[in-house]
Formats: sequence, C-alpha cells, structure tokens
Amino acid sequence: MKNLILTTAALALTAGIAMADTVRMGTEGAYPPYNFINDAGEIDGFEREVGDELCKRANLDCEWVKNDWDSIIPNLVSGNYDTIIAGMSITDERDEVIDFTQNYYPPTASAYVAAAEGVDVAGGIVAAQTATIQAGHVAESGATLVEFASPEETIAAVRNGEADAVLADYDFLVPIVEESGGELVFVGELVPLGGGIGMGFRESDAELRGKFDEAIASMKADGSLNEMLVKWFGEGISTYDADGTVVTN
Amino acid sequence: MFSYCADPDTLGTFRWFSCYLTNGVHWSFYLSFLKVLALLAVTAPVALSFGFAGAMAARSHILPLSWLGKAYIAIVRGVPDIAFFLFFVIALDQGFEWLRHKVLCPDWTDPVRQGNDFIVCQAAKLPLGTSPEWVHETYGFFLAVVTFSIVFGAFAANVLFGGMRAVPRAQLETAEAYGMTRRQTFWRILVPQMWVYALPGLSNLWMVLIKATPLLFLLGIEDIVYWARELGGTKTSRFTDYPHGDWRMWYFLGLLIFYLGMTRVSELGLERLMRRLSHGQATSGGELLRKETTA
Repeated sequence: MKNLILTTAALALTAGIAMADTVRMGTEGAYPPYNFINDAGEIDGFEREVGDELCKRANLDCEWVKNDWDSIIPNLVSGNYDTIIAGMSITDERDEVIDFTQNYYPPTASAYVAAAEGVDVAGGIVAAQTATIQAGHVAESGATLVEFASPEETIAAVRNGEADAVLADYDFLVPIVEESGGELVFVGELVPLGGGIGMGFRESDAELRGKFDEAIASMKADGSLNEMLVKWFGEGISTYDADGTVVTN
Repeated sequence: MFSYCADPDTLGTFRWFSCYLTNGVHWSFYLSFLKVLALLAVTAPVALSFGFAGAMAARSHILPLSWLGKAYIAIVRGVPDIAFFLFFVIALDQGFEWLRHKVLCPDWTDPVRQGNDFIVCQAAKLPLGTSPEWVHETYGFFLAVVTFSIVFGAFAANVLFGGMRAVPRAQLETAEAYGMTRRQTFWRILVPQMWVYALPGLSNLWMVLIKATPLLFLLGIEDIVYWARELGGTKTSRFTDYPHGDWRMWYFLGLLIFYLGMTRVSELGLERLMRRLSHGQATSGGELLRKETTA
C-alpha cells in the first residue's frame, strides 16, 4: 500500500515535471533578421535558430508563438507564453516589469536612415516603432517623434516623406538600405542604445531563466553563438569571447 | 506548390506569381479569410443573444435587473474597443484560470499575484502548457468570440431596447385588452414587431463588426489585415525567395474588394430580411407591401 502511494506520488511528480517542460516562446515575427515569417509561413531568423539551440541544450520542449509587439509584455506576465525572444533590448524600464537573461546579442548601434543625405536627425521628424528604445531616444533627442506599430511602417514613412528619417537597429536596416538601390541612405552617426538583446521572463520564473542563462553561456563559450551571429548579421557584427565579453570586429 | 517553383529567380512573370501566390504564407493568408468568416458566423448570433438579454434586462420591472442591463449597456459602450481588447481579454483569461486554480489546486500556498506576474498552478493553465498549438489557437478564437459578443452585444442591446420602445403602444394595449399576460404580450406581440424597428440599427452593427476583425491580432489571431500588412511589406532577397517592394497597396486593394463584396452580399440579405419583417406591420414599409399585394 505504501509502495502504491509512493509510486503514485512519483508518477504525479514526474507528470508535473513533464508538463512544465513545454516552453512557449513568444516572438513578433516582423523584424528580420532577428525574427520573421519565411515563405513557408514559419517563424524563422536568428532568434529562431538561437532559441531552438538553447532549448536543445536546456533539454526543453519549445513551441513558438507569434504575438503583437504592443501586447507582448502583458501577455508574458499573464502567462500566455513563458518567454519573450523578440529582439528585445535590455533596458531599465523593462527590467522593472520582467527579468532578462544575459544578452545573446551584443549591445549594438541603432542608425538613422533617410531618403537623402544631410537630413537633420536632431531637429526633423523621425519615425520609430512604438515602445522601443529607439522611440525613447528620439523623444529625448529633440526631434519630432512619429511612432508606428510595426518596423515596416517606419520605413514606409521615410519612403513616402511622412518622416525625414527612421531610427532602428542597424542590423535591421542594412539589408533594406542595400536593396533600396540608393533610394535610402544611412545618415548621421550610429547611436549606441540599450544593453544588448536578452530573453525576457516573468520575475517569478527564476528557475527557467536560469536554465536559459546557462544555455546562453554555454553557447558563448563554445563559439556556436558567434557562428549564428555571423551567419545572420555578417562579418562586421560584434561577437563574444569564450568568457562572454564582447569583441568588436 | 508546383515543381518549377524551386528557383523562382529564373521564372517568367506568370509562373513567378503562380509560385508566389501559392507559397506557405499565402495559404495562411487565404486561411485567415475563412477564420474571419467563421468568427463572423459565430459572433453575430451570440452577440445578438447578448443584446437581447441585455435589452430584456434593461426594461425589466425588477429594479436590480434593470440596473444591471443598463449598466452593461452604458459601461461597455463607453469603453474604447481597443482598451477593451487589450485588457479585458487578459482579465477574462486570468479569471478563468483563477477559478480553475481554486478548484484544481486547493493546496497551493503561493499568492496568485506576485508583483506584475499572474501565476497559477500548471494544471489550472488554460489551455494546458502541454496542449498543441491548435488548442491554444482555438482557445484564443473562443476568447475573441466572447469579447466581440460582449462589446457588440452592448450596442445591440441598446438598438433592441429602442426597437422594443418603438412598437406602437396601441398594439400592447390591445394585447392587454385581450387578456394576455405580460409575458404573452412580450413574446407574441412585442418581439415579433420590434425587429422591423431594430433592423436598420442592427445592420449598421453588422457592417461595423465585419470591419472590426483587425482587432483580432491584439488577441494573437492572425486576421486578413495582419496578413495583408505582413505579406505586402517590403521583402529583401536575404529572407525570402520572392523579394518585392512595398506591395501593401495591392494587398489592401484585394481586401477592399473582399469588404465591398461582403457589404453587397449583406445589403442584399438585409433587404430581403427587411421585406419579410415588414410583412403585415403597421409601418410605412408594411403599408407599401399591402398595396403591392392588393394592386
């Protein structure tokens, strides 16, 4: 009888563990190369590859979920998914609401892109995505900020003249500028913003955060994270040393 | 989809489009049309029943019930849709989970609210963390139907409330004179006659509902407008086999045609319905029908 109870208890416990093992990964799916929807309709990109590898290392079963950027933090804290992996820069304001892992993408620059050289980025009209560090920066820089819900719309605003320039992550802008055929150019200087990109977790979820933190550290140590960074962002990207310090290339 | 789609760069325009328009993302886009239609088909009757219940409550002679009905109409009509969709749905979801948590995990000692976080035991999660993605999507769809129904139900309640008051008093007096009870008067005289007064208002609501579906993406459901924006956006050749510029205008043009088609079909349907409802009514529409048949 006692044995029976013990077995049931053990079974119940393992069942509990097995259930907790599916981790739902929330992302936006609209910010290439970090995350985007590929031709087959699946979530793809740098973060997809990193996320899948992290899950493998942490022995977790992961499932990808798409969510609008505007409601990405409220849905995390209310438990609709377990982590945010959506190109989200680590900032103090966000850190008050959620917790971040160490960065899996080094702190890099944001850049201004405009339709012509010589645009005044400090005094003109600058587009940025709502609730991003870039939007915060523009608001403080003295330029007039126009906010858009998606990254795509910020670029379109520059193309159609609604805004003089757009401020966004440098690596997001590179392929767009390259393929614009000279229509769009980088202007002004690069702006270092944020503390790199990390995964976001509920503050009460320290255990899961620890697992991913460990997995990120191991990917930094064996260089596999660097390979993915170079694959998705090109040779110019900053990489990590084996001990996790950032190397600018 | 087709065998020649392996290398789209080499294809002619027609073949390129035949590949482009049948790739995986586009099937998701086409599927979202069905999603929207399904949502409309389910939401409209549910919202109407919410509205009917609300209107009945509002004109009830039991005072608390009447307050409840009027409060529902006033509060929901007053709150902006987008606020409702951002916060109410999360609250509704948390409400369900909290109830399940109380029932399924009575031994749980940690607080449910920890700072910003809302934490229930794994067994109370809705849907369960282990459920496949389609269960999550169906649940999201269910939440969407409930939220849409509550919002549009409040508007419908107000319209029906007005429709009920517009039925000529003489009709109800006659019913009372025949010795009908309040209940009989309501169901046999008032309800069959009020539709004709309520229909113009209800048809407006229906048209607004058709166009309100982009709010779905706030709930994580990918509707047609989301996909049109996503697919039409500039695509660079690094991330797709089908690079193109900003094609959102063409996608939205497609949506325009869809919406106009929906509007036309709805108009035809509503016109027929109005004709049916006017039959034998003491309104100018009913009078017109009477003349037609006697002429």
